Amino acid sequence: MASRAASIPQSPPFPAGLTRDQLLEIYRYLRLTRTLEERLTALYRQSKVIGGLFRSLGQEGESVGSAYALARGPNPDILSPLIRNLGSMLVMGAQPLAILRQYMAKAEGPTRGRELNVHFNDLEKGYLGQISHLGDMVPVMAGIALSFKLRGEPRVGLVYVGDGATSTGTFHEGLNFAAVQRVPLVVIAEYNRWAYSTPPEKQFAVKDLAEKAKGYGIPAVTVDGNDVLAVYEVTKLAVERARRGHGVQFVEVKTYRRKGHAEHDDQHYVAKDELDWWAKENDPVDRYVKQLIQHEWAEQRELKAIDDRVKVEIDQATDACIDEPLPPGESALGGVYAGPAAAPRHWYRSL
Amino acid sequence: MADVTYLEALRQGLWEEMDRDPRVFILGEDVGAYGGAFKVTEGFTKKFGEARVIDTPISEAAIVGAAAGAAHMGMRPVAEMQFIDFISCAYDMLTNYVATARYRAGLATPIVVRGPCGGYVRGGPFHSQNPEAAFFHTPGLKIVYPATARDAKGLIKASIRDDDPVIYLEHKWLYRRIKEALPDEEEILTPIGEARLAREGKDLSIVTYGATVWKSLEAADQLAKDDGLAVEVLDLRTLLPMDDAAIMRTVQKTNKVLIVHEDTRTGGLAGEIAARINEQAFAWLDGPIMRVTAHDVPLPYAPTLEDFVLPQTEDIVKAARWLAAY
Repeated sequence: MASRAASIPQSPPFPAGLTRDQLLEIYRYLRLTRTLEERLTALYRQSKVIGGLFRSLGQEGESVGSAYALARGPNPDILSPLIRNLGSMLVMGAQPLAILRQYMAKAEGPTRGRELNVHFNDLEKGYLGQISHLGDMVPVMAGIALSFKLRGEPRVGLVYVGDGATSTGTFHEGLNFAAVQRVPLVVIAEYNRWAYSTPPEKQFAVKDLAEKAKGYGIPAVTVDGNDVLAVYEVTKLAVERARRGHGVQFVEVKTYRRKGHAEHDDQHYVAKDELDWWAKENDPVDRYVKQLIQHEWAEQRELKAIDDRVKVEIDQATDACIDEPLPPGESALGGVYAGPAAAPRHWYRSL
Repeated sequence: MADVTYLEALRQGLWEEMDRDPRVFILGEDVGAYGGAFKVTEGFTKKFGEARVIDTPISEAAIVGAAAGAAHMGMRPVAEMQFIDFISCAYDMLTNYVATARYRAGLATPIVVRGPCGGYVRGGPFHSQNPEAAFFHTPGLKIVYPATARDAKGLIKASIRDDDPVIYLEHKWLYRRIKEALPDEEEILTPIGEARLAREGKDLSIVTYGATVWKSLEAADQLAKDDGLAVEVLDLRTLLPMDDAAIMRTVQKTNKVLIVHEDTRTGGLAGEIAARINEQAFAWLDGPIMRVTAHDVPLPYAPTLEDFVLPQTEDIVKAARWLAAY
């Protein structure tokens, strides 16, 4: 009904200080994350994605909700995503084309075939890719936040850590350093039940990850990670506190990893009914759609239109790069140092 | 012109760069109010303020990691390791994160990680190390190791200005032991990647760096006096990237080469230098490439033990004499 659509802007109040356009934009990022990962899975099965594929199925809500709380645009806040935070990078402006190229190791990709999956960055857009050594991005992001503090820039850093990463030394050392320096850093700790195949009870002896932050004098809250708007609201508060000079803020998001560690992992160690429950009863995208419809913040057909546009966007990006070449082997030798000299080619390669 | 110690020269270099470039800041343990364990940064807080001379918690991983993050954003951090022995606590951060950043992700990480190295000071196993071999194997890092006051100053300034991560190794035995007249007016910058001919000779070459430059020069004096040998001494100054051309020049000149370093032998830099000479100047050799290094044990504390383990001037004299006669 046309008349009903016209009445929507008057159906207050929208939650968490968001506008209707923003609510729809959040939905778009959720859908973009899920659809893009589904495309990557298909490409993985065709051996087009060359390395491992790590899905964020079930965690899109916390990735998108937390990143959406940051300042984007010129001189943005900067976040450091993990393998299950593709959604956060999309929020900051990472393009599906770049992501597809990166996963397929294309020459035109953001790392020209040198790195895998979400391990890439664009500091102008506001994301710094992780390395595989879990916890290491905490001190690095503390340094980025330190640079904001030293230069008096009103910017914030945000770093994701998984429940497994909270066992590493760099996590604790970085957290303590950041707390002492009172740098503007927000830590999003993802309690997603699984670190590869290891459950929390074999990883740490606390109940909530938030308890770890308290040992460093860092205020911490725990939030339902599959409630997109709750994650947004809590993170927004944390980001603004950090921006106002209140130092490190810690947000624990309780969520659930619904796929294996990577696509090769069959999750035989997970109870089937547990997976079914999270899929049927606690999917962050389903929950968000239900909220949007029930509160009359959006209509089903609007969401459907977004779904269709996302699919077209991903189709076009896939078509644009799927047949692109991989980088030439010899290009591996350049760029180790700032200078133009490449690493020398071995003598026997010229025989 | 004033006589300055190696330590004072390093201090001057840091001071001048802090003064010149507001992007430069120092972070480390006890570097601020206390002025550093060896007083390298004494007076810096007063001049530059606490924000640019940051006392940190005891965490080398956090110090190096935070330096890397700040460097990505355009800062020029200088991270002090209180003793270089503790740099191993930041090994992951340096080798996995910092060294690969430009290659894998196009990220500039212009940091300097510096700290006191070396033995001959009765420091025992954890206050005497030379860590260069552990990092020499990592593409993406640069390593410098000054032996003179002039280079202590010139290399810290060049390291801070370099666009890549530099590990700056300083020898604590040299801190107050050597002095040199440095001009007040001239800006001293030692180019990274260039060795220095410390003594000219024609009979045999010693390739070395760090404190053993001085032991080698002492040995060369003795060999000139007692044996009439003209020994050439090459001070590498930069270990990574290594100045192959300078090494091959001296090999081609004297045709015999002794490699001397204070670090332990197995997997030490001498092996790599020997391999390069073998590949690039085999035809010029009139004798085997020989090594004088520490013995392959952790460095012990008792003077009798430390003296036995480390290369001494007399060891260099004997080895050079043997090689000259080959």
